[in-house]
Formats: sequence, C-alpha cells, structure tokens
Amino acid sequence: MSDNAVEPGEVRHVADLARVDLDDAEVERFTEQFGEILAAFEALDEVPETDRETELTNVMRPDEIREGLTQEEALRNAPESEAGQFKGPKVS
Amino acid sequence: MTDYNGYIATETIEGDDDGPLAGRTVAVKDNISTEGVRTTCGSEMLEDYVPPYDATVVSRLKAAGATIPGKTNMDEFGMGTTTETSAFGAVENPVAEGRVPGGSSGGSAAVVAAGDADMALGSDTGGSIRCPAAFCGVVGIKPTYGLVSRYGLVAYANSLEQIGPIAPTVEEAAELLDVIAGPDERDGTTREAPAAGEEYAEAADGDVDGLSIGVPTELVEGADEAVVETFWDAIADLESRGATYHEVDLPSVEHAVEAYYVIAMSEASSNLARFDGVRYGKSGGYDGNWNESFANAREEGFGEEVKRRVLLGTYALSAGYHDKYYKKAQDARAWVKRDFDEALSDADVLASPTMPVPPMERGESLDDPLTMYLADANTTPVNLANLPAISVPAGETSEGLPVGLQLVGPAFDEETIIRAGSALA
Repeated sequence: MSDNAVEPGEVRHVADLARVDLDDAEVERFTEQFGEILAAFEALDEVPETDRETELTNVMRPDEIREGLTQEEALRNAPESEAGQFKGPKVS
Repeated sequence: MTDYNGYIATETIEGDDDGPLAGRTVAVKDNISTEGVRTTCGSEMLEDYVPPYDATVVSRLKAAGATIPGKTNMDEFGMGTTTETSAFGAVENPVAEGRVPGGSSGGSAAVVAAGDADMALGSDTGGSIRCPAAFCGVVGIKPTYGLVSRYGLVAYANSLEQIGPIAPTVEEAAELLDVIAGPDERDGTTREAPAAGEEYAEAADGDVDGLSIGVPTELVEGADEAVVETFWDAIADLESRGATYHEVDLPSVEHAVEAYYVIAMSEASSNLARFDGVRYGKSGGYDGNWNESFANAREEGFGEEVKRRVLLGTYALSAGYHDKYYKKAQDARAWVKRDFDEALSDADVLASPTMPVPPMERGESLDDPLTMYLADANTTPVNLANLPAISVPAGETSEGLPVGLQLVGPAFDEETIIRAGSALA
C-alpha cells in the first residue's frame, strides 16, 4: 500500500484540473480512498498487450442545413442570459 | 409518488392513441430526455433542467402508444450500484424491506417490481439495468451496443452505455425492446441488427431444447453461497428442458471490473465537464475568476460519488498516468472481447449469477466505494465487450431475497438470450 500512497496535494491538483472546489474533509477522505482504489487498478499491470480489432465504419455524411433548437430553446436552461446570449460570471 | 421513493417526478406523458404499447405504462429513467418534463439525472446540478427535445426512445414510446407515468429515481448520473446516491433520496427495495433495489436504474426496477408501472426503461453502463432487475426480482435487458439509440440519454460513459427495457416477464421486456430498437440517424453509433426482421417478443417461446450453455467458472466461484445455490438450481431447470451446460474459462474477466471503472470514470470526467452553471447546471451565482466560479458551482451541484469518479477519471487521463491506467484498460477491454468471442464460438449463451451477492442492506456500502465497485464484477465485462445480456429471476435465497441469472449472447443476437431467458421467466 505504501507504494500507492496518494498525497493530499495530488487530490487538490486533480480537483483543480476537474474544476471542483473540494472542502478539506473531502480532500482527506478522497486521499485515503484514492490510495485504495488506485491500488486495485494496479491489477491492470498484469493485462497482456492485446491487438484491438478495428471494425470501424465511416459514418460521415454531407453537411446539410436542418432544423435545430431555436435560440430561445438553447438558452432555456441557462441560469442567466442576456440579449439572446449566455451570461457568465462577472470578471472583477 | 411511492413510499419506496421510486419516482423523481410523476408528471404523466401521454402517447398516441394506438400502437403496440397502447394502454400500457412505461416509466422512464430520469437520465433520458423528455421534452418539457424535468430530467434531473438524480442530481442537484440538474434539479431544474427541462430538456427542449425528446430522446429517440421516448419518441418511439409515444408513437407506440405508451403512457409514461413518471421519471424514475436513479443513482446520480448513473453512478452507483444501490440507488442511494440520488440527490432526491435513496430508493428502497419494494420486494426486500430494508434492502437496496440495486442500481443505478433502481427506481425503474422498483416501480416495475411494485406494480406501479407495467414496464420501464433503464440505462446500463456497467450493469445498471441487470443489477436492479436481479435485486428486485424482475427482467432486464442490456442490448448490444448500437442496437438502441442513445440520442437524448444524458451521457455518462458513451462507449459503454445502452438504454434497455425492464419488465415483469421476458416476453414483455422483449416487446418493449421491439419498440425502442433500430437505427437512428441522430446517433451514428446505431446499426441495423443483422438478423432484423424477427420480432424479439416472438423469440420468447421458452424453447431451450438443444441450447448449449457455457458457464464461466470465474463468474461463479467468487459469489455468495446462497446465490450460487440458486444459480445452479436454475441451470438444472434449463437442463431438464433439454439444454446442456459446460464450464468455460474466461481469464480476462478477472481484470474487467478495474478496466471498466478506469474507462467509465475517464469518459465521465469529460462528459460532465459541460455542467458549469453557465450553459446549464446549477449556478452558485459566483463572480470573479471563471475557473473558480465553475469549481464552486460544481462543488455544490455534484454529490460525493460523482466527484469521486470525475476526479479519478481526471487522474487516470492526466499526464504521466495515461499509459498506466487508461491504455492498460483499453488492452483489457480488447482481451475481454476476444475471450467472450471465443467462449461464444462454443456455446449459444454464457450463464452466471447477475450479481455475486443478494441485495445489500441500505447504507451498508456507501462508506466503502471499492467494495461497491467490486460487486459489479459479473456485469461489467459485458459492457466492455459490447454484447447483449439479460437478467432473469432465478429464484430466491432461503431468506427470500431475489437472485438473478445473467445470460450473455453474441453481438446482435438478442433473440437467443430472450428465448433462453423466457424458459425461466
């Protein structure tokens, strides 16, 4: 387990990348749990490299104009909008 | 509403006057978009989200004459095995008091088991239809990847998840599959089933004479004793009707659950990035640095399991760890797929217990995420291999707890698992 120890700093860094502002208690809990969970994921080291069959089909289609959401519908779920646009946080 | 908290909303959506599902109610999991009707994904983040369009499966339900009696409770964003992580409260198992209904489509299975809906739709990313079907004593089908459109399903892990039916019997589940299956121009991952033409419901004739069943020892060995006993009784039942079984070896499945979680969490970390409180999602009303205000909104809007998975996914994809976790998980996925294809070249279906344990007591697994993840060992390999699978009631433990039997078939061969499953339910 000691090899897999996760530091609180790493949890904070990842939370920063994921844009989630964790509180201190969460950082503490996640630090412990992540150590255990990532240690379990280490079992993947035993997996042999395997060729992946690619049976991909091209699903591209020509661009064509068709009906979509109206501007009003697209904005309907935005907490704030103004003049037909999304409104973000005010930068001070 | 129900005393076991199966519905998040009970706003009725009426379908057309006639069609194959006329006069029947089909409850819909709350991560499937319904035009004009709130769709929350069990999350505070989407508490007030009202989709401007219907998911393709919902359009097809309406056209088939079904009435949608409500949107069902679920683990937040489909992340859970117990339906205890919903922001709208946990669901109780209506057929096993004090126990969880399984997850994440726990509300869908519960309303069917309790008789509050004739049928229901769930979504299955790593077992989220089959697990609650098994725990609630009903039937659930996870279709082959690409058989059912995901247009309008709020994405958790796109490469793994499928919408599928939950019903009291295999025949009714197959009827619902008949309505929702088929290509959709709005979802480029859908395909015409090679054997299209036969109706799935017609395959539910209970005829298992000559059926060859492979039993992967790896998926039976680790299971709870009471579950294993019920499982073998069900196999004996199938044998008495002319089926035969042999044991098969699937060495790759020992690593499937870890591979599943790495892939699902990685995809989740990307999919859930859109919930920033500006375009949609709950806004904390913060001003100042954009990244900080998003981070505040997401801290408030997401529950703990969602944060755990988004962070672990971000971790697995971050510089320095991509090859260690994500790439290895993709290797495991290819290995699982090959193993299943080989086993199915020698058997019509593969059978195992759906869940290695009977329904857990409520609250039991919340503090121990790793133990909860490991409970998905029998269902996750099927999603990695993109195959179809059904969970049918196999009987009960001596304590009266439901046990599910899982049957896995070749890609797009839903008929065979439906036929085999219909011999039991």
